[in-house]
Amino acid sequence: MSFLSYLINGISLGSIYAIIALGYTMVYGIARMLNFAHGDIIMVGGFAIFTMVSTLGLPAPLGILTAVVICTVLGVTIERVAYKPLRGASSLAVLITAIGVSYLLQNLALLIFGSNARQFTSVVTVPGLKLAGGALSISGETIVTILSCIVIMVCLTQFINRTKVGQAMLAVSEDQGAATLMGIDVNRTIAITFAIGSALAAIAGALLCSTYPSLTPYTGSMPGIKAFVAAVFGGIGSIPGALIGGVLLGVIENLSKAYISSQLSDAIVFSVLIIVLLVRPTGILGKKIMEKV
Amino acid sequence: MKKAISLGLAAMMALSLTACGGSAEQTTSAAAGENTQTEAAGESAAAGEEAASEGAASGETIKIGVIGPLTGPAATYGIAVQNGADLAVKEINAAGGVNGIMFENSTEDDENDPEKAINAYNTLKDWGMDMLVGTTTSKPCIAVAAESANDGIFQLTPSGSAVECLVNDNVFRVCFSDPNQGSASAQYIGEHSLATKIAIIYDSSTEYSSGIRESFVKEAANQGLEIVADEAFTADSNTDFSVQLDKAKEAGAELVFMPIYYQEASVILKQASDKDFAPIFFGCDGMDGILSVENFDASLAEGLMFLTPFSPTEEASKQFTEDYTAAYGIEPIQFAADSYDAVYAIAAAIEHAGITADMEPSEMCELMKTAMTEISIDGLTGAGMTWTADGEPNKAPKAAKIVNGVYEMQ
Repeated sequence: MSFLSYLINGISLGSIYAIIALGYTMVYGIARMLNFAHGDIIMVGGFAIFTMVSTLGLPAPLGILTAVVICTVLGVTIERVAYKPLRGASSLAVLITAIGVSYLLQNLALLIFGSNARQFTSVVTVPGLKLAGGALSISGETIVTILSCIVIMVCLTQFINRTKVGQAMLAVSEDQGAATLMGIDVNRTIAITFAIGSALAAIAGALLCSTYPSLTPYTGSMPGIKAFVAAVFGGIGSIPGALIGGVLLGVIENLSKAYISSQLSDAIVFSVLIIVLLVRPTGILGKKIMEKV
Repeated sequence: MKKAISLGLAAMMALSLTACGGSAEQTTSAAAGENTQTEAAGESAAAGEEAASEGAASGETIKIGVIGPLTGPAATYGIAVQNGADLAVKEINAAGGVNGIMFENSTEDDENDPEKAINAYNTLKDWGMDMLVGTTTSKPCIAVAAESANDGIFQLTPSGSAVECLVNDNVFRVCFSDPNQGSASAQYIGEHSLATKIAIIYDSSTEYSSGIRESFVKEAANQGLEIVADEAFTADSNTDFSVQLDKAKEAGAELVFMPIYYQEASVILKQASDKDFAPIFFGCDGMDGILSVENFDASLAEGLMFLTPFSPTEEASKQFTEDYTAAYGIEPIQFAADSYDAVYAIAAAIEHAGITADMEPSEMCELMKTAMTEISIDGLTGAGMTWTADGEPNKAPKAAKIVNGVYEMQ
């Protein structure tokens, strides 16, 4: 029974990683850049909800909606100001810029909100489940997280496969030059990708802080890094890969904490990543790309 | 594609490495740090300057440097230490100083980071520091203690509890050492028969937490306590405790010993209540401050017990609590009492040794080393406190329990 409990908690943790990983994977797939500021957008979302709900006393759904709007605007602005001018630059320059943006966001949050941790009031009102006579208890947050993750995955896949904008994204990810020739506005497509990724980050922020109710300016950084690992694990650029990578990572992390050692769980997670990449360099669902020489 | 991934991985490794050192949390820019500091201590800074100018006027001033995290996750401790020292200095100066010598104090932020603590220490040295009250937390204290030993500057840490803080003979402390806290906790639990099945949840990435755990485990055997779960977390995984709590619950723990800081403890209490897991929670001095976590539901901490040498509601500390609250607008915690006692201990030792303001810091240090072992003060954190030549204090441990949202001494 305890195994089941560890497993479910792992899946819930993994679902959060998966939602965050989507942001990494979409941006990488389309703009070919690693947006390291993504984790900190989650933190911004968390603070937006905290301010709306706990400080101003607004209802939680309104708080989440506002956070989604704030994060979307923030994501698009960051793309416009920091990344777009570097579109032609080397990937190293963009990477460093992204890390810079990440620290900028953290320090801004420090300046505005201070460093003390806040207890985040859960935005989830769904009651928890008690199964097997109370031996197995699943919290409302866990249920909502797993369901949201599934819903988001389905919607996103449909969006990309069924809509014009989605098709444009696919086209840009395959070949930017050719997409431009076909009349696709590449800059707009990339901006939309950032908007979707950042909106998801706001939702991830709500779920993350509800499940693990401690909010600081650094809240997003470690989950951000782990979600990036999940994205690489599953095959960066692939949306189902983000789901598989995220959930596997969460489950491995929790089970190794439970059965091997709570001290070594992070080391185990990262070792698994190295092993997977040794065997499959492009990740579990990554496309094998023949490089022309 | 491969290139980009390996680049990304390299960057990620770099990021996670800094995170491992616990310093990812402390990358506050200087600007951010100073800002919060000014806000938090606006009043005290003004008062400090006043006192300083008075002291300078009489020409007989001993400069006391204070170091602690004024920003970052441990800021509550550092700000308390800053305020406590400040209040003591103001009181001593208002009473005419020690043998006519006025005190002047200045606080620097170390963000709970050893490297930044060294910078803070050097800044204070440039300022002309004669003695150091600090640092507040263990890791920075170990780093600074090495420097102060080289320079021959007397150091009295209010709350640096790691054993390694006192390897040099110029360093003394006001609080108990980690092993003392660990074994005292085990003794307390054993003597008061609080529980026999104990689970431990500790932070394996800090000396503070792992030090206490080690001595707790050792002493627990003597007290007939059974440790049914011994679980760790690190600075990088300090938000999810569901597995650790599940294991403790499953093992039938009646008491969960948490030698950790209050920030993580507040999350553990929340997650435990979600799981309907309600053992006795028992912590050490790092638990002090838990009621100050913003938006924290104080009812979760109901019944939480922890070792602490100070309670603001105690008879002996009533006057201090009143003055402190009036000056800084917040109730004092143990760290404030520690640093208040530290300044009074320094004052007593200066008086005892007949130190004068024109002495070199190293000369003062030599005299202080002997004087500290010869004085006895009735402080807020213990009556009749004395010190050994190793720098350890002698005083009786006390435990507090949170009842109806306030500390109740046991």
